[in-house]
Amino acid sequence: MKKLINKPEDVVKQSLAGVAAAHSDLVVVKYDPNIVVRADAPVKGKVGVISGGGSGHEPMHGGFVGMGMLDAACPGDVFTSPTPDQMEAATKAVNGGAGVLHIVKNYTGDVMNFEMAAELCQAEGIEVASVVIDDDVAVQDSLYTAGRRGVGTTVLAEKICGAAAESGAGLKAVADLCRKVNANGRSMGMALTSCTVPAAGKPTFAIGDDEMEIGIGIHGEPGRQRMALKSAHEIAVMMAEAVLADLPFKSGDRAIAMVNGMGGTPLIELYLVYNELEQICKGKGVTIARRLVGNYITSLEMAGCSITMVKADDELLKLWDAPVHTPALRWGV
Amino acid sequence: MSVSRDNLLAWINKLQEVYAANKEYLTQLDSAIGDADHGINMNRGFTAAKDALNAALPDQADAVLKTVAMTLIKTVGGASGPLYGTFFMRASAAIAGKSQLEPADVVEMFDAGVQGILQRGKAQLEDKTMVDAWLPALDAMKSALNSSSDLKSILKAGAAAAEQGMKNTIPLQAKKGRASYLGERSIGHQDPGATSTHLMLQAAANLWG
Repeated sequence: MKKLINKPEDVVKQSLAGVAAAHSDLVVVKYDPNIVVRADAPVKGKVGVISGGGSGHEPMHGGFVGMGMLDAACPGDVFTSPTPDQMEAATKAVNGGAGVLHIVKNYTGDVMNFEMAAELCQAEGIEVASVVIDDDVAVQDSLYTAGRRGVGTTVLAEKICGAAAESGAGLKAVADLCRKVNANGRSMGMALTSCTVPAAGKPTFAIGDDEMEIGIGIHGEPGRQRMALKSAHEIAVMMAEAVLADLPFKSGDRAIAMVNGMGGTPLIELYLVYNELEQICKGKGVTIARRLVGNYITSLEMAGCSITMVKADDELLKLWDAPVHTPALRWGV
Repeated sequence: MSVSRDNLLAWINKLQEVYAANKEYLTQLDSAIGDADHGINMNRGFTAAKDALNAALPDQADAVLKTVAMTLIKTVGGASGPLYGTFFMRASAAIAGKSQLEPADVVEMFDAGVQGILQRGKAQLEDKTMVDAWLPALDAMKSALNSSSDLKSILKAGAAAAEQGMKNTIPLQAKKGRASYLGERSIGHQDPGATSTHLMLQAAANLWG
C-alpha cells in the first residue's frame, strides 16, 4: 500500500482537520462525534439538509456543505457508514426550527444507522424526514437484494434539495423534491482498477491488467460483469444504454448529466467519456441541459468512472442553477 | 452455574480478544463478498466497549450490556453496529434488575437480543446474514434448556448450531446486505456476520458453565 497518510487509523480525522483548515470560511468541523457543519448553521427558519456515509468518496459529502447545498455531513470511517450519534449531533446543529431532511444512500448500514438517528431525534421533538437514494441500475433484481445502491444521483439531489431549502421550501416539499430527483435519476459505474482501504492495507479486489468491472459500486463491490477491457466508446455505450433504457429516457427529454471519476482517472479521460455520452444522448434525442464532469463521488484511488443522468424539468433546472457555495461546488456567487 | 455481572464483563473482555485475534480473518471474509471492513469494525467496537466498561465500571448486569450496546452503536458503523448494538440493548432490557442469571434467563437474554436483530435488519433465515447463525443457535439453546439445566451444555449446543448455521451460509446466495449485490457470485463464501456471531456464542460457551 502506497498512500499519503500518517497512520491508517488517523486518516479520516486528519483529513477532516485539513478540510477545516482549508475552508474555515464555509464549514466548521466538530469531532467526537465527527460532523462537518455549515459555518453559519443553524439558519433560522430554513429546513436543514444533511447527509452522510462512509469516508473515501470525497468530495461527497463534506465537500458539499455550504450555502445552497448541505447544512451538515456525517463522515464515517472509510467505506463504513456513520453512526447514529453523528447524525443526531448534525441534526441538532442544523435544526433552524423548520425540520431536517436526511438524504440517505441505500446501503444496509447507512439505512439502519440513519433510521436509529431519526428515532433519537424524533424522540427529542425534532421533525425529521428521510429519503433514501437508490439509483444504481447495475443492481438488476432489487427483489432479491438489499435494493439498488445509492450513487451519483445523491450529488444532484443534495444540490437541488439544498437550493430548495435555501429558497424557503418546507420540509415536506424538500423531501418530495428529493424523491422526485431520485425517481428521475439513474447511474452506472465501472472500474479499471481496485482501491485499497487504508486500514485493510490490501486492494479490495483483484482485477487483471486487461480486465474491467462494469456496474461497480462505490466501495469496490462487484457489479454486473467482469469483462475484457474495451474502448471508451464501447464502455460509454454500455453504461449510457443501461442508464437511458432503465428510466427510460425518451426523445425530447432534458437531463442533468454527471460524468464522475472514481478517484484515479484523470480529467482528460473523463472529458473524453463525456463527449461519448453527449453523442449517444444526441443520437437518442436526449438533451443534456446541464452537466458535471469531474470527481464528485469517488472510491478512494479506484480508476474508472460513472455516468448519472437525471431527467430534468424547468423546476429542477432552476434549482440546479441557483447559487451554491461549498468547498467542491460553487457557482452563482 | 448462573451468570453474574462479573461473568458478563469477562465475556466482553474475552470478545475483545477474540475479535482482535480474528480481525484479519473477518475482514478477509468480508472482502470476498462485502466491503472488507467487518473485522476492523468489530475489533474497534469491542476494544471501545472494553475501554468504556473499564471507565464506567457499571455495577449491575444489565448496565454492563447497555454500556456495550451504546458503545457499539457509536463506534462500529456499517450494518453490524446497529445490529449488534440492538442485540445488546434488548439483551440488557431482558435482564433488567437481575443480578444472577439462571440458564433460563440467559436463553431469554439471547432470545430478546435476536428478536431485536430481526426487527432492525429485517433479514430472514437463508438470506446469508448473521441471522443464519443466530436462529439455529436460539432454537438449539431453547431445546437444550427443555432437557437440561446445565448452562455449559446449553451454550455448547447454541455455539455448535451457530457454527453449523455459519457453514450453511457458504452455498447460499445473499439476499440482504452488501453481499446481495453480487448475486450468484456471493455463492461459495462464508458470511462474515454469521462468523462473528458464532465467535460471540463460542466465547460464552467457553467461559460460562
